[in-house]
Amino acid sequence: MKIFREILSPLVAVIAAFIVGGIIVLLIKDNPFETYRILLANSFGSVKDIGWTLFYATPLIFTGLAVAVAFRCGLFNIGAEGQLYVASFATAWVGIKFGGTVVDIFGKQEDWSWTSLPAVLLVPLCVLTAITVGAIWGAIPGILRAKFGSSEVINTIMLNFIAIALVSYFTQYYYKIPGDPILQTAPIGEAAHIPQLKQFLPFIPDDVPLNFAFLIAILMCVLVYIFLWKTKWGYELRAVGENASAAEYGGISPKKQIILAMTISGALAGMVAINEVLGSRHNYYDGFSAELGFLGIAVALLGRNHPLGVFVAAIFFAVLMRGEIFVDAFTRYVSKDIGMILQAIAILFVACLQKYSKK
Amino acid sequence: MNEIFSIALIFSAIRLATPLIFAALGGMFSERSGIINIALEGLMLVGAFTAAVMTYELQNPYLGLLCGVIAGSITAFVYAVAVIKFEANQVVAGMAINLLMLGLPQLISGAVYDSSGSTPQIAKEFLLPEYFNSVSIASVFALLLIPVCWYVLYKTPFGLRLRAVGENPAAADAAGVNVVRLRYFAVILSGVLAAAGGAYLSIGQSSLFTRGMTAGRGFIALAALILAKWKPIPVLIACLFFGFTEALTIPLASYRLSSGETIPVQFVQIIPYVLTIIVLAGFIGLSRAPKALGIPYSKEK
Repeated sequence: MKIFREILSPLVAVIAAFIVGGIIVLLIKDNPFETYRILLANSFGSVKDIGWTLFYATPLIFTGLAVAVAFRCGLFNIGAEGQLYVASFATAWVGIKFGGTVVDIFGKQEDWSWTSLPAVLLVPLCVLTAITVGAIWGAIPGILRAKFGSSEVINTIMLNFIAIALVSYFTQYYYKIPGDPILQTAPIGEAAHIPQLKQFLPFIPDDVPLNFAFLIAILMCVLVYIFLWKTKWGYELRAVGENASAAEYGGISPKKQIILAMTISGALAGMVAINEVLGSRHNYYDGFSAELGFLGIAVALLGRNHPLGVFVAAIFFAVLMRGEIFVDAFTRYVSKDIGMILQAIAILFVACLQKYSKK
Repeated sequence: MNEIFSIALIFSAIRLATPLIFAALGGMFSERSGIINIALEGLMLVGAFTAAVMTYELQNPYLGLLCGVIAGSITAFVYAVAVIKFEANQVVAGMAINLLMLGLPQLISGAVYDSSGSTPQIAKEFLLPEYFNSVSIASVFALLLIPVCWYVLYKTPFGLRLRAVGENPAAADAAGVNVVRLRYFAVILSGVLAAAGGAYLSIGQSSLFTRGMTAGRGFIALAALILAKWKPIPVLIACLFFGFTEALTIPLASYRLSSGETIPVQFVQIIPYVLTIIVLAGFIGLSRAPKALGIPYSKEK
């Protein structure tokens, strides 16, 4: 019965979102059934579609887990966006500096790297960078909350803006190839690229960027589950989330747990860099995230802050992200914004239903 | 340095502070009643979009503004129902409203005007008028709103009840205040003001609506509100300061030091955010939120 109740409210919310979204589609004089058929057929219809959907789901799993871990400690990490940005830039930086990147500046070759490490060293170094930098950016609001009691909600929002500005500064002034019209860094060294899944599974079409990061995301779901429910630290973290003063009475330090939760949360958000920088784009691209951090809040919420739920919710959101592109192209009036609208309505309903699913 | 600091800069700062003042005052009413308003960004967006569309269609900025404000109050009402009646988490519901308003205006303008992104350009004579040296009527109104809000908050029975509800809803309830009704009213009022701020962006500062045109101003207004410790006159100062830092980035972008290097605008842009974090941590006087902020109220408890 418990599982049924856990699944019920997200399910109701999703159905309600599709109904309200359908009414909106009707109001702009288009066909909701046709819209939803296009949406779903193009995210599940073929191996290629499924591959793309899983690729879109990967960063959402990371940010969803990030928000969920903080949530379990009673904290709101709205800062996944900033954490994944600083982590992605730092990862690209390491990939350039230790990856032997040579850039072509108006026909002149220039070596931007310090050294050229082999893949066995460079890939772990890059992954470690993503995790560490994300963790540090996440720990800041955790420390501020623990030491000064200042709201992590506001601080993470502020740190998002700071992160985006700083990273865009470093990209623009130091790591952009002169003459490149796009705000992005030079490419990382090839040794930093992580394997694509199509290298092992030949049935995956060539243009699907699904990569090793997806497997890491699944691993993280398992690890977060083990951490939260099978370790002492995880137990203490959840105890603080349930009732901080009772936990403190029981000998648990809420301050330590708050910092720990935010650090882990930031590390998970930072892992988005593995998919984006090491797995697909192979550089840092300004503004690549497009709300991935915020969607993580929705993913965590829809997934009831449970790793398995986060995985399912991330797939659902990825379906919308993949399908909306085709809705845009193949319907008369509906634009790709329908995906974001459905996500927003689903979150609103889940939030409203929370009161009823608690008891 | 004279090329940077000029009279034009001050006017520019006032212009840029105007939408922030509206939104921050809106946030003030909501938060003083105990309801967190992360949705300011979304409320500004819906105001900006509706005002742009209706001004274009009706060729009258005041009717456009009115429609924008109505749309803002309806959106705020939806938010209020979610967080007051259903006791939805206020941060989550607020983020949902923001996300919704990032998508919905796009969907509608895409369907109605067959364009993805922006609404049609409004002719200059139908925009909100400007006086003297590009001082908009909206800026004048924003400045007048500060003493009005101060009076309402501190000198009227409504203001007294509002503050009581935000600090101790149970006590206010016992004293005969209708906590739920007052919170609905406060949230809708925040929708009205935030939407007016958004409308100024689309039919005053510019002449059309573009995707996500508030660009985080709702969050900056929220930061200003916190920096101002939820008080109207400090809100004015905080908003003017934030407007000033934003205004500064414009001449800075083209300014060159004697060494020929440019000053990175990003470092100026982050000043408001860094300052907010510092103030929130209590380094410059303690910023204390209304006690009941974020806590749903139900009689049984």
